[in-house]
Amino acid sequence: MALKLSDLRTDVHNDWCPGCGDFGIEAGLKMALTELPIDINKLVLFSGIGCSGKIVHFTNATGVHTLHGRVLPFAQGAKLANPDLEVIAIGGDGDGLGIGVGHFVHAGRRNIDMTYIIHDNGVYGLTKGQASPTLQLGMQTKSLPMPNINTSVNPILLALASGFTFIARSYAYNTKHLKETVKKAVAHKGFALVVILQPCPTYNDINTKEWYGGEDRIDPVTKKPTPRPYELEPTGYDGRITPMMSEEDVEKKMSQIIEKSREWGDKIPIGVFYQNETIPTYEDRIKARLPSYLSEPPAAQQLARTNGTSPVNLASLARELVFEKLVVA
Amino acid sequence: MTGGPQGSGVDSSANIFAGACALSGLWTFGSREYYSSIKGPHSYFEVRANSERIRSQVNNVNLLATFDAETLIRHADEVCPGGGIIYDPTFSGVEIDKVDTIEQPVVARVKDRLAKQGLPGTVAGILEEAKKRNVNLYPIPYNDIVAKTATQIGEHQLSKVSRIVNVLSVAASFAILGFDLNYLNQSIARTFGSKKKVIDMNEIGAKMVYDIARRLPKQSFSYQLKPIQNQPRLLLMGNEAVALGKIVGGCRVQTYYPITPAADESEFIESHENFDLIDGGQPGKKGSVLVTQTEDEIAAITMATGAALAGARAATSTSGPGFSLMVEGLGWAGMNEVPVVITQYSRGGPSTGQPTRHEQGDLKFVLSASHGEFPRIVLCSGDLEECFYDAIRIFNYAEQFQMPSIHLIDKSMANTSVTIPQLKADLVKINRGKMVDNNGSPNGNGEPYHRFAFSPDGVSPRAVLGSGHRFWNSGDEHDEMGHIEEDPFNRISMMDKRMTKLETAAREIPEMEKFNFFPSSKKQADATLVSWGSTKGPILDAMKLLEKDGISVEFFQIRLANPFPTENVKEKLSKAKLSIDIEQNYSGQMAQVIAEKTMIDINNKIVKYNGRPMTQDEIYESVKRIISNPTQNKRVVLTHGA
Repeated sequence: MALKLSDLRTDVHNDWCPGCGDFGIEAGLKMALTELPIDINKLVLFSGIGCSGKIVHFTNATGVHTLHGRVLPFAQGAKLANPDLEVIAIGGDGDGLGIGVGHFVHAGRRNIDMTYIIHDNGVYGLTKGQASPTLQLGMQTKSLPMPNINTSVNPILLALASGFTFIARSYAYNTKHLKETVKKAVAHKGFALVVILQPCPTYNDINTKEWYGGEDRIDPVTKKPTPRPYELEPTGYDGRITPMMSEEDVEKKMSQIIEKSREWGDKIPIGVFYQNETIPTYEDRIKARLPSYLSEPPAAQQLARTNGTSPVNLASLARELVFEKLVVA
Repeated sequence: MTGGPQGSGVDSSANIFAGACALSGLWTFGSREYYSSIKGPHSYFEVRANSERIRSQVNNVNLLATFDAETLIRHADEVCPGGGIIYDPTFSGVEIDKVDTIEQPVVARVKDRLAKQGLPGTVAGILEEAKKRNVNLYPIPYNDIVAKTATQIGEHQLSKVSRIVNVLSVAASFAILGFDLNYLNQSIARTFGSKKKVIDMNEIGAKMVYDIARRLPKQSFSYQLKPIQNQPRLLLMGNEAVALGKIVGGCRVQTYYPITPAADESEFIESHENFDLIDGGQPGKKGSVLVTQTEDEIAAITMATGAALAGARAATSTSGPGFSLMVEGLGWAGMNEVPVVITQYSRGGPSTGQPTRHEQGDLKFVLSASHGEFPRIVLCSGDLEECFYDAIRIFNYAEQFQMPSIHLIDKSMANTSVTIPQLKADLVKINRGKMVDNNGSPNGNGEPYHRFAFSPDGVSPRAVLGSGHRFWNSGDEHDEMGHIEEDPFNRISMMDKRMTKLETAAREIPEMEKFNFFPSSKKQADATLVSWGSTKGPILDAMKLLEKDGISVEFFQIRLANPFPTENVKEKLSKAKLSIDIEQNYSGQMAQVIAEKTMIDINNKIVKYNGRPMTQDEIYESVKRIISNPTQNKRVVLTHGA
């Protein structure tokens, strides 16, 4: 039976601020879930700490609200124990690119088949608006006593350098684009990142909905605002690396991806920057070593025989450690 | 004892020695001391062999097998009168202060000792000193033998053959101990496996040394090794005992970040990641365990926790510094009642401390780590057999009581290489605790599943991720569904639920798994020794020595540090004539826990914190001292070890 949006609702009171970009992300994610061919019973959402972390409580699917910065290792551990799970990890920009950035990099190296969504609003909302790692140098959002003294991290470039095999960006108030991007990310075989730009109406008074909407940039001809985010694919951009490509073409493509990922300001590209399914997933690499991994993953193995004892053949396991008395002639 | 620069084969010579003894039916006990370094600095290995089971080190060395000058300089004075030293005579001229890997305080100490006896500050002086103490000297011309071996096997590069000196020292030892060379050859073959050329050169060199050493003049050395009849035994290290226990106990995901002395365990598991099953229906059917090296210890514990939520038995393994990082994950697992297992090998602390040295300094830390209050299991093994069986039990406890569970071991056990009786995989049954049937309704009444449903024993039926029973987890205080809930009444109920599980665990864990009691031969013991962890071995060995002197002591070994066996400890200590706490740390942490739980202060303590494990002799002497005058000997600090 097809999943309906109403099936994904819980009775938990939603306490996000009115106008929060999280609502857009929640809507886009849930729409994607209803359109994806996934078994809701196999779906597990993991979240970090911060406003975005509460999303699992508002979603009627098994949800694990983890620790600040640690959403990725929790999620990866579950997926590795049971590769049948459909795992989506969700966290804020402070969570994933500040305190959790070490895990971000190493998750890229593994390339486990799962999805990671980052809510990127440039501030730590739940602690009242401190600068997050994606806030630009010199910016002074509402509650900062002084302008931001650090340069910002570029999550798209960092993901590329870390080995993510699917890297996309979307915008919280472009629900259709967001939904489609999440669907592509979930369908991707490997570790998929979707960075979702979102306004924080309470603490980020610079990157506001109006700013993203380009209300300060009125087209002189149409007299309409010129939004900052623009979609990559309609421009002919294609970030896919395919198995048949020559090394030279791959190099060219990588340069193009890097160039695109550096665009910011009045023109912010959204869409799939990079997708590469030629790199084996972590599951594939494990299977090469543990032949029974996918048929009998860690979570599915029988740990006891009917009499309650272990099925492990200890004599065989400890063979090299056994010392028997030798008869010496 | 054998020693040498790290990377020169000290470990393999000790293992080959112990292996040969084990192949002859003997019991062995070997322990390794090394610097936190890869190559160069001095390391040494002590191996004991006996016809009866032995569990500890001793103070005296009977035979010191050296193949470098430094080992002579550092350890010659530990050899007892009537013992022997095997050495290369070309080292005689080496000046002590020219050996730059020896620390200045050691150089000064040794030179001063020699000067007082009018001896030169050289290896010759060291040998002369030994001779004066009636230590037998066995010069072995290693270089000649290496050269002759090279000729025999047709190898022109001497450096390729010179690595056999470690085995040559073992061969010389066996000649002096009157032990059959065949056991050595078998042990060499086991160690080097398929490397035929290496086996050949070692065997050829060993035979030559053996014959030379046999022809050396008979002296006062009286120790001999004789094969005995015995059952097959295992020769293994603590790391390996835990690894075996984990695989047998159902651990199917192990995460780790490299750290001494825990990493060897994960490496052993990884090198046995596909293992045989018994009568699985299909012959040759394999099980497998996934070992993942993580980016740090926070990832290690949170990844293992994720795996445990998915239904796998999952563990991580670390030492004190790594455990310090894991603490936030521990608290989350406590809050969410996740059966994750942490194996903690304590080493010298604080901070980086003494990475390769032994200490039991983390007991109070693992008992209280993390902010807030939540239940946890802390189980302390005392020897390698306990390491194995406890590694199985800890998973049972974790799942039966749904809480993070810590298996506390220490460096001494991790790096102790001992013969033990064969282990039995079926001695401890697998108990996965209350699980929700995946097919049925969890409550049988059509109600949605409540992961944290209140229950009299505090334990709620557990569903795993992906089972179809939807649930939530949160590090925030939550309701029965797992959603964030700050209501004060819910808070009380949830705290009560979680903490009740500790009482459940205390009630359900059998006494024999909580402590061991070793009675004295007399009705009223002269003293009651209280300890935990790897001091078990030297205490049991010291008890035998004390018994020979007519001193009768009993020993209470605490194994379950949480939930604490308060009533059992109280009962034993309140009847004790004299209680002595024995611990490998500065402050007597278990004595503090006992005082907190039972209101009984143990007034006499034997402690050690120089990084080297206790010997049976140290315990024997210090217990005697305390019994002879308890008020004058409140706290005895042990110092043996180089």
